[in-house]
Amino acid sequence: MNRRRVIGWAVAGIALGLMSVASAEEPPIKIGMSMPQTGGLAGGGKASLLGIEIWRDDINAKGGLLGRKVELVVYDDKSSASETPALYAKLLDVDKVDLLFAPYATVPTAPIMPLVKQRGMLLMGNFSFQVNSKVHHDMWFNNAPWGPADSWATGFLTLGQKAGGKTVAILSADQEFAQNIATTARDVAKKLNLQVVFDQAYPPSTAEFSSIIRAVNAAKPDIVFVASYPPDSAGILRAVNEIGVGDNVKILGGAMVGLQFGAVMENMGSLLNGVVNFNTWLPEPSMYFDGTKAFFEKYSKRAVQAKVDPLGYYLAPYGYAMGQMIEEAVNATKSLDQKTLAKYLRENTHKTIVGPITFAEDGEWKESATLEAQFRGVKDKNMDQFRSAGKQVILFPDRLKTGDLITPFEDARNK
Amino acid sequence: MFSIDLLRDAVVLGVLLGCFYAAVSIGLSISFGLLDVPHVAHPAFLVLASYGVYLLNDSYDIDPLLAGLLLTPLFFLLGLVTYRLYHETFEKRGSDAAVRGIAFFFGVAFIIEVLIILQFGVDQRSVTASYIGKAWRFGDLRIPIRQLVAFAVAIGLTVLLAAYLSKTFMGRAIRAVAQDEEGLRLMGANPVRIKQVAFGIATAVLGIAGALLIIVAPVEPTLDRVYIGRTFCVVVMAGLGSISGTLIASIILGVAESIVLTMFGASWAPAISFALLLGVLAVRPQGLLGR
Repeated sequence: MNRRRVIGWAVAGIALGLMSVASAEEPPIKIGMSMPQTGGLAGGGKASLLGIEIWRDDINAKGGLLGRKVELVVYDDKSSASETPALYAKLLDVDKVDLLFAPYATVPTAPIMPLVKQRGMLLMGNFSFQVNSKVHHDMWFNNAPWGPADSWATGFLTLGQKAGGKTVAILSADQEFAQNIATTARDVAKKLNLQVVFDQAYPPSTAEFSSIIRAVNAAKPDIVFVASYPPDSAGILRAVNEIGVGDNVKILGGAMVGLQFGAVMENMGSLLNGVVNFNTWLPEPSMYFDGTKAFFEKYSKRAVQAKVDPLGYYLAPYGYAMGQMIEEAVNATKSLDQKTLAKYLRENTHKTIVGPITFAEDGEWKESATLEAQFRGVKDKNMDQFRSAGKQVILFPDRLKTGDLITPFEDARNK
Repeated sequence: MFSIDLLRDAVVLGVLLGCFYAAVSIGLSISFGLLDVPHVAHPAFLVLASYGVYLLNDSYDIDPLLAGLLLTPLFFLLGLVTYRLYHETFEKRGSDAAVRGIAFFFGVAFIIEVLIILQFGVDQRSVTASYIGKAWRFGDLRIPIRQLVAFAVAIGLTVLLAAYLSKTFMGRAIRAVAQDEEGLRLMGANPVRIKQVAFGIATAVLGIAGALLIIVAPVEPTLDRVYIGRTFCVVVMAGLGSISGTLIASIILGVAESIVLTMFGASWAPAISFALLLGVLAVRPQGLLGR
């Protein structure tokens, strides 16, 4: 073999080797989403994304899905409903993603529903509320423990009625999510024969709540149901503390978004005591499943670096669970076909770090796991206190319950 | 639902709310009202001051009001630099500079917003002080002490600024530059320097106003967007450049908002500011106490 032939074989060998490496290195599976990273929903959006990223790193450490690495394609939707349709069109047409996750929250998710349905894409929902009730997309799976539409109001108002409440005040933010919740609260109040004595929607730009709380007080309700968004929840509670809602109030809270986040809870401190509010995960004994503890160990370390909610109870474990469900469906079906995955997700119960999940026909959870929990013994300026059990005692649902309601509200505030 | 008690409470809480609006708008009354600078970054500077107050309160346990006072020299300097930058890049280049200047200040507002997010994250921040979260009782009327603080500071700021602008040499010069810049130049004064000092004062006031903002409610990086409409509405309704008019317009706005929130339904409250503005401008195009 002369020298020239040796070089020729070597070049051919290298070329062949490169070709086989290229064919073995399959492109990653792309999961696309927008996520609020600025604006009012950013606190939740960033925590949710961190939960998803922890899942991505775990799955890639295990070799990926179908032998391919998982890659996230994420855009900031600025918490705005006007941004998301264009971003999701870009994810589908330019980035050509394989799977879609929805952004955190109702407001940015609602406008993408028609587009996703039209393109026949499976969409994993991310804590939105009833966005599929009118669209009826059969490949929608909401990764949120709400269950039936009236579960939030049912849990809270039932607790209030059991405490002796006969009248209810409904105070809600004037936007999609809160208005959906307020509508169900009115229906549930009617079913429970509770008289609605105050029902107002405040605009999202409201700077000061003293006047509104004074009006709630004047209506003398027994139950005060509040559906608010993060910037307002703190303002409402501060006004409640200063102006007072009246001695006859048995229970106050219900659907106040914001009081689930570490920084807000730390800032509000003892003002939280007595409030009964929804939540999705709490460090109570009934809430630990396979992998839950290990997830929070990873999250706590990465949250500091990522400057996101140090506790991360509300959204982060559900972000991870969303990945777990896709992982289970893809591994079981060995497919990325949207309809095949949707069929699997619809027909099976999925084991996740937030517990077993089964979807109903409308893509919501079959059984609600929305918690109603009461803040107790909260001290000022102490984040770590929320890591222990007993600071938010679960009152509802019964299967996850860790304590009983303390009532009336004024008494509960001093516990 | 109507009762005299409810109306009384709505008026009292409205006056306090109005004084808070005056405190956060008074700087704009100078920068936009007197100097004709389209300062849409005013609420962003306000939020920046709030974060400064938060930092001092959280790290060194300094009272928020004192922290606001400590920030005023820094904000004065910030105002001087910002105005000089605006003047060199936009104002001195022609009469349509004001329109282009809006883009400049929008840019500044976005930069401030992003810097706050990078430094503090997106979570809400609040301060602690003995007067936050408590109320004074007068019979069955309860008044949040934080609102009384805002009331007292707003009155103090109005009196001080009104006295400064009418009694001191520099104050009169600022008024003069607002009325006839060319005339001032012919008299040998440097109108740009006077406007720069005035803008510095308008920005310095935001140190204290920012303290009030975070005393009244928790702040988050994008809170400035909530205040753009309100502050400009107050300043235009007051009559451009009128300090006492700013206080009066703010109180009218606060009382109207409070009555609507309490008695007619919260949904109508945002429309009130602009309905009042249109109403006032229809009767008095120059504003309540305009020149």
